[in-house]
Amino acid sequence: MEQSVYIAGVGVISGIGNNVAEHLAAFERGEPGMADITLFKSIHQYDRPVAEVKLTDDELIAHTGLSIHNSRTALLSLVAAKEALADAGISNFKELRTGFVSANTVGGMDKSEGFFIDFLADNSKGKLKNVFDHECGSMTETVADQLGISDFMTTISTACSSSANAIFYGARLIKNDILDVVIAGGADALTKFTLNGFNTLMILDKDLCKPFDEHREGLNLGEGAGYVVLVSDKVAQMLKKPVYCTLSGYNNSNDAYHQTASSPDGTGSYLAMKKALKKSGLKPSDIDYINLHGTGTPNNDSAEGTAVKRLFQPDFPPMSSTKSFTGHTLGASGGVEAVFSVLAIRHGLIYPNLRFETQMHEVPFEPETKFQKGKDIKHVMSNSFGFGGNCTSLIFSAV
Amino acid sequence: MKVYIRSSACISAQKTFGNVGFLNDIIEYNSTRLAAIEPDYKEFIDPKLIRRMSHVIKMGVAAAKECLNNGDMEMPGAIITGTAFGCMEDTVTFLTRIVEQDEELLPPTAFIQSTHNTVAAQIALMLKCHAYNNTFVHKGISFESALFDAIMLLNEAEADNILVGGTEEMIDASFKVFTRLGLYRRKPVSNLSLFATPEKGTIGSQGAGFFLLTGKSSPDNQAELTGLTTFYKPADNEDIEKRITAFLQKYLLTANDIDLVINGKNGDIKNDEIYTSLNSSLFKNNNTANYKHLSGEYSVASVFSLWLAANILKRGAVPGVILENEVKIDTPKKILIFNHYQNKYYSLMLVSAV
Repeated sequence: MEQSVYIAGVGVISGIGNNVAEHLAAFERGEPGMADITLFKSIHQYDRPVAEVKLTDDELIAHTGLSIHNSRTALLSLVAAKEALADAGISNFKELRTGFVSANTVGGMDKSEGFFIDFLADNSKGKLKNVFDHECGSMTETVADQLGISDFMTTISTACSSSANAIFYGARLIKNDILDVVIAGGADALTKFTLNGFNTLMILDKDLCKPFDEHREGLNLGEGAGYVVLVSDKVAQMLKKPVYCTLSGYNNSNDAYHQTASSPDGTGSYLAMKKALKKSGLKPSDIDYINLHGTGTPNNDSAEGTAVKRLFQPDFPPMSSTKSFTGHTLGASGGVEAVFSVLAIRHGLIYPNLRFETQMHEVPFEPETKFQKGKDIKHVMSNSFGFGGNCTSLIFSAV
Repeated sequence: MKVYIRSSACISAQKTFGNVGFLNDIIEYNSTRLAAIEPDYKEFIDPKLIRRMSHVIKMGVAAAKECLNNGDMEMPGAIITGTAFGCMEDTVTFLTRIVEQDEELLPPTAFIQSTHNTVAAQIALMLKCHAYNNTFVHKGISFESALFDAIMLLNEAEADNILVGGTEEMIDASFKVFTRLGLYRRKPVSNLSLFATPEKGTIGSQGAGFFLLTGKSSPDNQAELTGLTTFYKPADNEDIEKRITAFLQKYLLTANDIDLVINGKNGDIKNDEIYTSLNSSLFKNNNTANYKHLSGEYSVASVFSLWLAANILKRGAVPGVILENEVKIDTPKKILIFNHYQNKYYSLMLVSAV
């Protein structure tokens, strides 16, 4: 029989907090992280709200000990990964087979953008340090080196489902007896590249996003990092404090419909949720809370909502999109929201879906709008869907 | 369980794609930048789609389709790709427009196609394949990471007939940056005399290759992928030697059991040190071969080496052009591929005849 994989630690940084405690407080206060862009100059400075991490690069450098040449992606990644590892409190970490599986979508683009301006004007110009070693894999390598992990590392990039895939890949490395401990998740910094990219698709809301609302008009970009520490049964038994939960189910399915748009009936999301349930051996009615992908774009929420309706009707579990707080952190979102899902089980939380007013016409349910704690939450489903039809669902279960 | 390579397809700087013989018409370049020998993409992709596709997408989709054709397989059980840099052409196009047009009136196509998972996604879209779909982007072991995932999926019995590949394109901007970084030779060099003149730098290249992996044995399979491992920042040569020995031991083998060692030598003095050292120690009794004078160097160049090994084993012939010493050797049964990326990431692949 397959061995269970446990979550022993969590770490997160996003527009609503620099660590787990700050996130829990922001959720309870109902305080979202969106505001005007401050990280770079853009013609969209004041008309596309974003959820920036409230620390400058200099502050992050001081906090992490990394250098000015590191991308903000690596800085954010290290903060959250370190918090997760410290939280797990694995005393004999160095003696175990350890791995780091991280995800991101644009690597060190924040630095490369600056290089590119000079390079475009004259190909012999541009500081090489701002472009060398800024591919996606280098973000992972920088952080793994800081964490003292060298047995195994890799990087996954499947757009907005990237770090959900990283998490279940990490679990499989443990199930296949390749590693004992894996820190898995992802990071992405806000960049001019992604801001303009999503803007050309006309899916950025000019105001704060309204996921799963009939009158939603698009997403707000965010940034951040989120990691979980996955451990084997053997390691779980050696820990001095109880684990948070297990990763009981997971699935990666492809919508195979369009490079960026979701199919109207959410085929990929439906398959991912259904097969993740099958993997966990649970029924739809066992799920106590769904952390929706819920970007706030008309297309995503309609497709995801339709898939949820098809799979769960007639009884819908409480659900919400925490992107109404953090914005869409892209490659980090699966990791960030996995941390929220794990915390939902630990503290019995249901997160509110901010700014919801009107039920979507195509679904018979509404997202939760009030922060609730002390609930009996045993099984949480977390959805992450991305460009390229990449759909991944994770299920976390209490032990 | 055993993992077999049912079929493969490779687009590279040499004639490796389609019905072209087996490296018997070698292309010589006098440059530090190799081109890919392009197939007629219309045979694989709807001409309406071709226009919008960047080079790496075209290469990737065509290689994936040809691999499926070669394996007589319509629908793979999973699609997994590896690429260090992803879709460079679309990324640079979009970045250029942001700068030149000051963020105004940008068309979305380049951005849409710039995500690293575009090739895997386009393959899924074309095949209407809803199965597991993943993309690994970890520098010089991007392809090995994808292969590793495929092997795990087979072991877990989660999927069979897994389409796994590596893709990388070289565009003007990346060639200029890599040249400035000193990765390539300063002067044009013949790829065929790359090893005769060891210097700083190698020759830059690109390509795409796919493999169909199955757990089912069949005389039609090209080869068995017996083992794969990667390691990071080994302490020294002795450590590397120990790790190779341990890897072989796992399959109850020693270096003497290996009929052919395929090395990742690329003509750069520092890069090639370890190969030279092992050729006179651990592999001193082995026949050794090189391939990067044919394929050039790129982050997923090991795709070429696995394609090479699978074809050697299936065809029972070793192209003379790859041999380190020009000795004629018998048909190999066991091939070890040893590659490293910038002395940091190392990979070993053990490939056996079926």
